[in-house]
Amino acid sequence: MKAQQKQIGAPMNRVDGHLKVTGAAKYSAEYELPGLAYAVLVGSTITKGRLTSIDAKAAERAPGVLAVITHYNSPKVPGYDTAGKDPSQPATVGGPIKLFNDDKIRFNDQPIAVVVADTLERARYAARLVKAQYAKEAHQTNLEDNKPQAFLPTSAKKNPKSPMADYQRGQADAYKTGAIKIEGEYVIPTEVHHPMELQSITAHWEAPDRLTLYDKTQGTLATRRDFAKEWGLPEANVKVIATFVGGAFGNALHSWPHESAAIIAAKVVNRPVKLMLTREQMFTMVGYRPYTWQKLGMSATPDGKITAITHESIGQTSTYEEFTESTLAQTRMMYASPNLTTRYRLAALDIGSPIWMRGPGEATGAFALESAMDEMAHLLNLDPLEFRLRNYTDTDPEKNRPWSTKFLKECYKLGADRIGWNKRKLKPGSIRDGEWLVGYGMGVGTFGAHRGGAHASAQLRPDGTVLMQCATTDIGPGTGTAMTQIAADTLGIAPEKITFELGHSDYPQAGTQGGSSTVNSVGPAVQQACLALKDKLRELAGAQNPAFASAKKDDVALGDKHLSLSSNTAARVPYADLLKQAGAASVTVEAKPGNEGQQYSMYSFSVHFAEVRVHELTGEVRVSKLVSCADAGTIINEKTAANQMKGGAVGGIGMALMEHARIDDRFGRYVTKDLADYHVPVHADAPNIEVAFVNQPDLKVNALGTKGIGEIATIGVAPAIANAVFNATGKRVRELPITPDKLV
Amino acid sequence: MNQFQYVRATKSQGAIDAVAKDPQAKFIAGGTNLVDLMKRGIMTPQKLVDINRLPLAKIERQDNGLRLGALALNSTVANDALVRQHQPLLALALNAGASPQLRNMATVGGNMLQRTRCSYFYDLTMPCNKREPGTGCGALEGINRMHAIFGASDKCIAVHPSDMSVALVALDATVLVSGSKGDRRIAFADFHRLPGDTPEKDTNLEAGELITAVDIPDGPFTKHVHYQKVRERASYAFALVSTAAALDLDGNTIKAARLAMGGVAHKPWRLTAAEQSLVGQPATEASFRRAAEVAMQGAKAFKHNAYKLKLGPNTIVQALRTAAAA
Repeated sequence: MKAQQKQIGAPMNRVDGHLKVTGAAKYSAEYELPGLAYAVLVGSTITKGRLTSIDAKAAERAPGVLAVITHYNSPKVPGYDTAGKDPSQPATVGGPIKLFNDDKIRFNDQPIAVVVADTLERARYAARLVKAQYAKEAHQTNLEDNKPQAFLPTSAKKNPKSPMADYQRGQADAYKTGAIKIEGEYVIPTEVHHPMELQSITAHWEAPDRLTLYDKTQGTLATRRDFAKEWGLPEANVKVIATFVGGAFGNALHSWPHESAAIIAAKVVNRPVKLMLTREQMFTMVGYRPYTWQKLGMSATPDGKITAITHESIGQTSTYEEFTESTLAQTRMMYASPNLTTRYRLAALDIGSPIWMRGPGEATGAFALESAMDEMAHLLNLDPLEFRLRNYTDTDPEKNRPWSTKFLKECYKLGADRIGWNKRKLKPGSIRDGEWLVGYGMGVGTFGAHRGGAHASAQLRPDGTVLMQCATTDIGPGTGTAMTQIAADTLGIAPEKITFELGHSDYPQAGTQGGSSTVNSVGPAVQQACLALKDKLRELAGAQNPAFASAKKDDVALGDKHLSLSSNTAARVPYADLLKQAGAASVTVEAKPGNEGQQYSMYSFSVHFAEVRVHELTGEVRVSKLVSCADAGTIINEKTAANQMKGGAVGGIGMALMEHARIDDRFGRYVTKDLADYHVPVHADAPNIEVAFVNQPDLKVNALGTKGIGEIATIGVAPAIANAVFNATGKRVRELPITPDKLV
Repeated sequence: MNQFQYVRATKSQGAIDAVAKDPQAKFIAGGTNLVDLMKRGIMTPQKLVDINRLPLAKIERQDNGLRLGALALNSTVANDALVRQHQPLLALALNAGASPQLRNMATVGGNMLQRTRCSYFYDLTMPCNKREPGTGCGALEGINRMHAIFGASDKCIAVHPSDMSVALVALDATVLVSGSKGDRRIAFADFHRLPGDTPEKDTNLEAGELITAVDIPDGPFTKHVHYQKVRERASYAFALVSTAAALDLDGNTIKAARLAMGGVAHKPWRLTAAEQSLVGQPATEASFRRAAEVAMQGAKAFKHNAYKLKLGPNTIVQALRTAAAA
């Protein structure tokens, strides 16, 4: 038998690439079910107060309209009464909007009605005819105005060991007494995920108690759980299908009002209902990276040892849910500062709830921390890379544990070589290219190498192909491709022989795709399912050929049409015979992390190096080169992993230079309503992005050695660019994005 | 979207009559702006008269200039050999606007008739005198970082979004229109209006008048030209500030100059005083800086757009520098 090529690490093309580029991949708004109806949401035009009346008559009479549903006529959603009261679930503070349940307006554009019609155009027309009257109340949408009311998150009040609680090692606020110190305030404005695919759902009540959802979600099981609970159904009665997800960046990590609306609408009209948000609605009701204010103080010795850091932040949340994120996590563990204080607070505003956006809080926090590192290095007249090396730590200073692995120094070396760091001058404004000022900057990122339990199944088919299934989703990184590679290596067969199916809640359970955890969690399940399948096949073959019964587990070899043994290729059992006798050969396994997480601090690390050009007269910033290096453990697919790093870097360019969702606080409404107002990078904004991986396995995380890439691809990019802008111009911009008006 | 009637015109006169007698009717060509506005309910015409089949797409040489048919596509004009030879500034301005896909749909006439991109104009629930006269100007006390620094009124501080029009006003173009009362010619500088008390009127076109062509006289501006557009990303964004600059140089001496700005007023903003300040001067940074100072006289900023008082003159200097070096 020909030896199989090793797939793990290989730059294999995406298994679904052809489907995607030919349009054959089906997304949640592309299921044309018989009798499909179309729903359009009507949003509140006030920010806070009560609905006093809704006039839906004109809409109801409009052609093709099947129903106009408001809180006046919505069916009772059984789960609304018990929401948040389930003792088996972790205690939460508040909860999602209970749609059409009361007259209360909590944010502008909160859905107040859903119009269902036989065509999208008719639904959209009728939605404009719905008129509402309100009793307005004063609202708050500005975080800066509400900083004095900021509060400690409830999770921290309940649990002083919560990562959201105040943290201190050494002396509190010791930087204030340092001889060499800096202090600065930083702002990241609200950013919106804006994946290319708009949020959409097709809801179908297949029976009065059986619900199928074709939904854009990052977690088929989380969505199933939420809506089973909302409708008081056993989870087995709810099916969630998300075979393809057209990007999400975190905004499909939560259940949102439009999903509830489609389900209610489908119930009312007793037909499947499709609902896709408009780009404008993507700003208001499906989460965003919260506006966050930060203050960071740092002191150091003249020879470049950090003596103290205090990092405080106030993030925005809604009035009905407490959203928290790990804004201050990187500060606590990245540098060996003996004195360290962090304080995390929230301000509740009359805006929809935020949700994690790629790199989430860590990316926000890294902007302050890594900018301050650059500022302190400048003050000390030290190279910023050298300054980081002087404060490098070989154990986790927060938890006092060894790192599972840490190859950040190797990342520094890889990146510095590639960007040409030796060209950087200590003095800002030293390098010119005609009318452009050239600068170099770096930023470091880290994110927990999270792993959860996951199940996967593997089944041998008579033609020698293997079908694998898992409920995980793929929002773009190429999960199916990576899993196929893991399976191919484990089974010792060609990847073409493996079909990996995902994105269906009926498949073996796995967590939500988020927090860079999918390969860490699902990868081992796939690996173990393949090993279990091999063993099962050995066992089945043993009934026909005693050589198999006595063979070692890993001796089994899957040939084209038969099972054999590596040590004894003459021993063969054709698959057809094997399956005829056994009926089927399939296994489902669960892979769970051990207690390594209690013994080691497990993180992925990245460093980003930026070369920027700032125009001397117009203040325009162009990133002319970006190098991203990652210590993300084993790289399963060099090509898709690099692609993921580049995508994250482009997101970081957006964060640094252009993304800014603005609200007119007088009205509480966004004035950025589309992608003409809310800028994300276009191709011309993305330079050649070089990616390098250390590619050293971390076997404490899992047997594959992976640590996760998704977040560290973005974390640290924005400060790298901001630091490069400083190096080019001498201007330190602490409020993102760095638009020309701030530099001119 | 509202229901509307759609008719396809085959003769100019028929199209003009159809729109002249029906205040609810609108011409549609590329539709790159109108369709968006209709989808959002900002414009609600009950009839669309499709003029795409009218024979108005030619780009031709006239005795003393170029004639651009009103239906010539932005991409066609930008890539046209005659345009590149005689009016390269126009090609530069066109290519700075929108995206290739939009330029492949958008027409010369439609580009001139773009509505403002002011956020308040785009939100049916917010005040906007341009969209709904008498409701007030949301931007005046609101978020106005994109807004006008020249010629604004207390009724409206919006800016005109076109890049092409900035070049055309600099190049002394003339707009040819046909209406039920006959044909007339409008100097490009008089085509768009300042907001005054009637910001709902973007232009001086009369009801039912159809733009048929734009004439650009030949001039000496075939080499030293530049369109400098400052925006928040490298492509596909409206200008914070832009400048169209054209110089006629004799050695290093400026014989004639043309300057206009975009992103600063309710209309493309011609800078005649600044042009005059350049004539007879050497093409140096000092001359450019002086012209930029002249250009900014009378500029007035609002809460969020004070940066334009600095970015504006810098953009003029940069445009002139680049034009001189071209």
